[in-house]
Amino acid sequence: MPATDASRTVSRDRRTVVSWLLGGGVAASLASFFYPVVRFLNPPPVSEASVNEVSAGKVQDLKPNSGKIVKFGNKPALLVRVNDTEWKAFSAVCTHLNCTVQYQEARREIWCACHNGTYDMSGRVTSGPPPKPLEELAVKIRGDEVVISRQA
Amino acid sequence: MPATERKANALDWLDERTGWRMVRDLMDHKVVPIHAGTAWYYFGGITLFLIGVQLFTGILLLLYYRPTVAEAFDSVRFLMTRVEFGWLIRSIHSWSANLLIFCAFIHMFSVVFTHAYRRPRELTWLSGIALLGLMLGFGFSGYLLPWNQISYFATKVGTDMAGTMPVAGPTLARLLRGGEDVGAATLTRFFDFHVIILPLISFALIGLHVLLVQQHGMSTPGGIPATRLAQMKFFPNFFLRELMVWYGVLAVLGTLAAIFPWELGEKADPFASAPAGIRPEWYFLAEFYTLKLIPSHVWIIEGELLGLLGFGLLAAVWVLLPFWEVNRTKVATGVAVFLICYLAVFTFLGYVK
Repeated sequence: MPATDASRTVSRDRRTVVSWLLGGGVAASLASFFYPVVRFLNPPPVSEASVNEVSAGKVQDLKPNSGKIVKFGNKPALLVRVNDTEWKAFSAVCTHLNCTVQYQEARREIWCACHNGTYDMSGRVTSGPPPKPLEELAVKIRGDEVVISRQA
Repeated sequence: MPATERKANALDWLDERTGWRMVRDLMDHKVVPIHAGTAWYYFGGITLFLIGVQLFTGILLLLYYRPTVAEAFDSVRFLMTRVEFGWLIRSIHSWSANLLIFCAFIHMFSVVFTHAYRRPRELTWLSGIALLGLMLGFGFSGYLLPWNQISYFATKVGTDMAGTMPVAGPTLARLLRGGEDVGAATLTRFFDFHVIILPLISFALIGLHVLLVQQHGMSTPGGIPATRLAQMKFFPNFFLRELMVWYGVLAVLGTLAAIFPWELGEKADPFASAPAGIRPEWYFLAEFYTLKLIPSHVWIIEGELLGLLGFGLLAAVWVLLPFWEVNRTKVATGVAVFLICYLAVFTFLGYVK
């Protein structure tokens, strides 16, 4: 019968609307539950005092042709006494995968133990996988104190 | 191949390998009797839902919490002030903990008044009581974790009470504290209790409890056979209703957390005096107030000990309810009414005095 068909179409349309309203409401409320959770997962930035200059100890504490790791802010830096008068400092973070590099006295170069990357005493990559040179830092001697700072 | 046939084939494939249709059949046959007390059936489910909320928010809190004396308080403060929605997650965890214990109590008393603990459901009752004990343990151990002044002294008092128990008391207190006094070792232990030991035991017991409910079906008031009552299917009829209740509970939780965010207080200082008005969480308040009332010595027995013996006796009567209640229905109801009155009055008195 045509009348029944018509009413059936109407009720199906209504049902569609109602189920969209219900589904949309549920989806919207779920989104509102999980939005805070997603924001919560994101760690807030922890303010680190930005460091421009640190003291790296006394001149007489480091022998010629040797190096040591010093704290530069929250990152390690490598201080090298090349000879009696010449000093060098670099960021000690390998440009390959963030390992901390070290000074090799025998070969007079900077070496990263993780993947065998080497840098010369200007910070340039001489072999291995590192893609970029080490960032060089400035070294000043004040009296008998060694001071490392960011290059201007 | 038509889409419906493809789908049927895929489900057959899955069933052959996992037997999942057995679970579906179980769900199909589960029914809920309809009668005047049907509403009480929801409280077990609400408690379960709140346990889920605790698990979820607890895991989130662990992303920022640091369980050491030096860092605990500061990490919670960082969470409350710097982490986006950190205050909300922590407040929901605290509010949900309280609602959870409240719902567990309602669930328990509804079981007592409908005598649902009777044969063959004694083990369901015992596992439920054990779960309530575990939830109180969660409350007690979690209270200390922010390492603030109030929680520090509440833990001192609580573990000290355990220490006054005869025979095993001193050993138990040492085991709880990880030493003679509440300190760094206590925080480490309570953290372990709260996030590892209690959850593992709870999972096992919840599994047993729910399994036993499936095994025996829903209890009916007055022992009327469930087949003589009207019924509704658990899936989807009852389950959808339960979902709507959960939605409402979540709304209540969100509202409470937003309007009354949980306070953090001051960092615990072992060399400061106990702050005035110190009291435990409300679910320990009745016992706390009772102990305040008992004089220090009654005849030759120490007051604390007398109180603990009284609580112990009452707890034993309560736990063993299914075993002595047979043909003593009125006594059991009387004990339950007495217990509710005692808890309500003494919690109130503990709160206002």
